[in-house]
Amino acid sequence: MSDLDLNKISNMQYDVLREIGNIGAGNATTALSQLLNCRIDMKVPKVDLLEFKELSDIVGGAERPVVGILFTLEKDIDGMMMFMMDMSASRYLVNMLLGNSQPERVSDDCGFSELELSALSEIGNIIAGAYLSSLSSLTNMTITSSIPYMAIDMAGAILSVPAIEFGKIGDKALLIETEFGDIDKTVNGYFILIPTLNSYTAILNSLGL
Amino acid sequence: MSKIIKVGMADANVCVAPDAITTLGLGSCVGIVLYDPVGKIAGLAHIMLPDSTKIFNNSNKYKFADTAIDLLIVDMLKIGANRYNLVAKIAGGAQMFNFGSSSEMMRIGERNVEATKEKLAQLGIKLLAEDTGANYGRTIEFYPETGLLHVKAVGRALKII
Repeated sequence: MSDLDLNKISNMQYDVLREIGNIGAGNATTALSQLLNCRIDMKVPKVDLLEFKELSDIVGGAERPVVGILFTLEKDIDGMMMFMMDMSASRYLVNMLLGNSQPERVSDDCGFSELELSALSEIGNIIAGAYLSSLSSLTNMTITSSIPYMAIDMAGAILSVPAIEFGKIGDKALLIETEFGDIDKTVNGYFILIPTLNSYTAILNSLGL
Repeated sequence: MSKIIKVGMADANVCVAPDAITTLGLGSCVGIVLYDPVGKIAGLAHIMLPDSTKIFNNSNKYKFADTAIDLLIVDMLKIGANRYNLVAKIAGGAQMFNFGSSSEMMRIGERNVEATKEKLAQLGIKLLAEDTGANYGRTIEFYPETGLLHVKAVGRALKII
């Protein structure tokens, strides 16, 4: 049984979770940088405990179309991992990866081809894989992730999936948000790690807390 | 001047014509509109989970289909709605990701819709219209003046039910 309450999380535990986000996102950003063969910087991750009604504001409004790639986690850590990008960031990444001739082309609709969708899904896969493997070696726990599940829709609608998982354990969602981008053009990405309550305890225990 | 009242996730609110009420980006959640056509009074709840009795941490009653409907009715009666006039329209309950699995977590949208309908039937509130299921998010706006529910989705035409 778990004795962790998200509302009563200590500063120490908060810092540890932030550090997990830092290490995870750092590795993920490195992976992305190697994939695209260009320099990608990341900002300091933000760890937020948000109420559900505030949740969709972090990505610029509930109605904003975004690409969401979701993984379910198993073994020592149960839960979900979500990687979210806005449409222009996704378009930019796909163009860079596929070497499209008009890298400035930014489309606000869902105008991705089959190949581009597959590339996006692979970007998500590599980034999430890097995030999770660093988390795994840090905590010495086995984490297996599912294949990437992708959806292109309103941010609020996509966020409802992990929000519902949080809804089962409390009235707030814990979110680790990291922004990354190259020098010329910032592209926004959000990593959301959603362990179950028991897995939070397991993570903290594995680090001796 | 009429205004549009916004309802967040796991929240609810009420409004009287000519005001309207909206909730943005419904995914697997369900937007439940209760409406008194005589008083032109509407209430909207944005629920996330089907059943408050299955979850041990259930302090926010607006999170669940069963308790949110009960509370919403109380909120509406407070501003003058008549319990016996109430009718309902619902939207949402999509499956946002194609998990291709029948596990409990994956069917959450469907279960939210089922639980909502069950609760409405229990209370004898007639469900006039619904736009539920499928795999896309919805934004809904309800206008008590006309009794119409506007359903918007990315890349789809406006649907009025």
